[in-house]
Amino acid sequence: MQKSLLIQPVKCTGCRQCEMACSFEKERSFNPSRSRIRVFDIHSEARFVPYTCTQCAQAWCLQACPVDAIKIDAATKAKVVNDNLCVGCKVCTIACPFGTINYVADSGKVAKCDLCGGDPACAKACPTGAITYVDAEQTGYDKMRAWAVKTDTQSHTHA
Amino acid sequence: MRRAPLSVERNELVHHVIVGAGPAGVTAAETIRELEPEAAITLVGDEPEAPYSRMAIPYLLIGKIGEEGTWLRKGPNHYERLGITLMPGRRMTGLDPVARRIGLEGGETLAYDRLLLALGARPLRPAIEGLDLPGVHTCWTLADARQIAAGAVPGSHVVLMGAGFVGTIVLEALALRQVSLTVVEMGDRMVPRMMDEVAGGMLKRWCEAKGVKVLTGTSIRRIAKALVPAAEARDSLVVELSDGSILPAHVVVVSAGVRSNTESVAASGIGLGNGILVDDHMRTSLPDVYAAGDVAQGRDFMSGEAHVHAIQITAAAHGRIAAYNMTGRDQAYHGSLNMNVLDTLGLITCSFGSWQGNGGDCARLVDQTGFRYLRLEFDGTGDVVIGAQAVGTTDHVGALRGLIQSKRRLGTAVKEQLMADPTRFMAGFVQTLHR
Repeated sequence: MQKSLLIQPVKCTGCRQCEMACSFEKERSFNPSRSRIRVFDIHSEARFVPYTCTQCAQAWCLQACPVDAIKIDAATKAKVVNDNLCVGCKVCTIACPFGTINYVADSGKVAKCDLCGGDPACAKACPTGAITYVDAEQTGYDKMRAWAVKTDTQSHTHA
Repeated sequence: MRRAPLSVERNELVHHVIVGAGPAGVTAAETIRELEPEAAITLVGDEPEAPYSRMAIPYLLIGKIGEEGTWLRKGPNHYERLGITLMPGRRMTGLDPVARRIGLEGGETLAYDRLLLALGARPLRPAIEGLDLPGVHTCWTLADARQIAAGAVPGSHVVLMGAGFVGTIVLEALALRQVSLTVVEMGDRMVPRMMDEVAGGMLKRWCEAKGVKVLTGTSIRRIAKALVPAAEARDSLVVELSDGSILPAHVVVVSAGVRSNTESVAASGIGLGNGILVDDHMRTSLPDVYAAGDVAQGRDFMSGEAHVHAIQITAAAHGRIAAYNMTGRDQAYHGSLNMNVLDTLGLITCSFGSWQGNGGDCARLVDQTGFRYLRLEFDGTGDVVIGAQAVGTTDHVGALRGLIQSKRRLGTAVKEQLMADPTRFMAGFVQTLHR
């Protein structure tokens, strides 16, 4: 069964446990600025929105990479950056219309959510069930994916 | 999905010939293979190496990667495994659209059912005396990179002509090779076609602080052989500038812009502008002939007019769209968005779309001492972002593309937040996504 992250902002209290868990899992430090999932504080509406890569079908980052450094993981279908091949050119960071693949100056490479190989740390850390890892059919990403179609200059991927 | 009738016999394999082994050509070949497991695919390139990425050359020059690191695809026997016949080191000399074949250097011809011209671009060589002297190089191919690497040794005097997008990428590689570098740019600022005066000025100050001499509003009048032995024996060249001053140089790197490679098809009757004109299906004016990448002049997302966008992202998108249409699928392209990202000795800059704006509302944050700048341009007085520039910001910059290309209406409240503080663009974007 294909699983994906289900994010329900309405359940998010802004505790940022997901950011801590992600940065520890991926970078071995409790540093939210290094997290690949970010919680946005929408003060004007007094709500929080956790946000990360949707592993979108268009795979903008992968399509844009000039050196074959981003691949689709066979098991999770996550788009995964190969640090040994990434040259740090940053083209993927401007190509991804969701803004969810970012350059990390310390490593000279880009980083994005890779679903932790199928056991995402953010979902395990979330105390309110705002982030869960579930059957892909149920996820609210459909809405974002529908939006992505409008951005899509390669709409054949939905044809 | 509608399928156009194929013009060849039902049982005969369609032969797709792709000329140009850069990102557009390689992406097209792979996409055709995905769509047509049986089709014959030939990929012709005019350089001897495995298909590689010009974008990776600066990282080769600084030793971050070897030549294999520049390859567009890394899997062993990648092309063979996909049944793509590679013909490297073969330059196309002509196109006969009636006989449906192309000519290759050496007199060989190749017949096609569908032809993709992914001929790329090449560096401009301005009409300046001395440009053909030994020690003067463009920086475009792996062969160029090897020559520059041999000459641009630590401490040597290097003059770089042009601080456009490509020139500024090369600038970083040269500076990191610890040469003594002078950049000469005709325009009033660095990257004049990518960023505004504020950003270009910041970039210049940054480079100068890192020890690179940047001369804007200056051109190279001529290059000559050094007649008298220079103070440093390896300075075999002298570069004369428009203000009359003279720079001794061991290596001169020319980066004065690029132009589409259209010469080999000029006699074919194909429709040409600055590049090969294509419609929104990447079709040229000739039947069954398509074009993609740096050679193609196609739909621009912002204006709807035909432009050459010689960038990686456009090349890959063109290649995919062309492949869909070459295999009989009806796939229109919404157009390419001009965008660039640069890392200049640690200062990262990017721009998207109509970064100059259209005279409408503009949100700016300028931090000269912190080398940070953000400028968002709105469509008139409306709430849709049409262009953006960023200096010193890398997090979530892709969302700037998302905002522009989705033509998303932000609403008055979010627009006001961004007018007050454009650094909140990502929060505004997320807010409008999850309304």
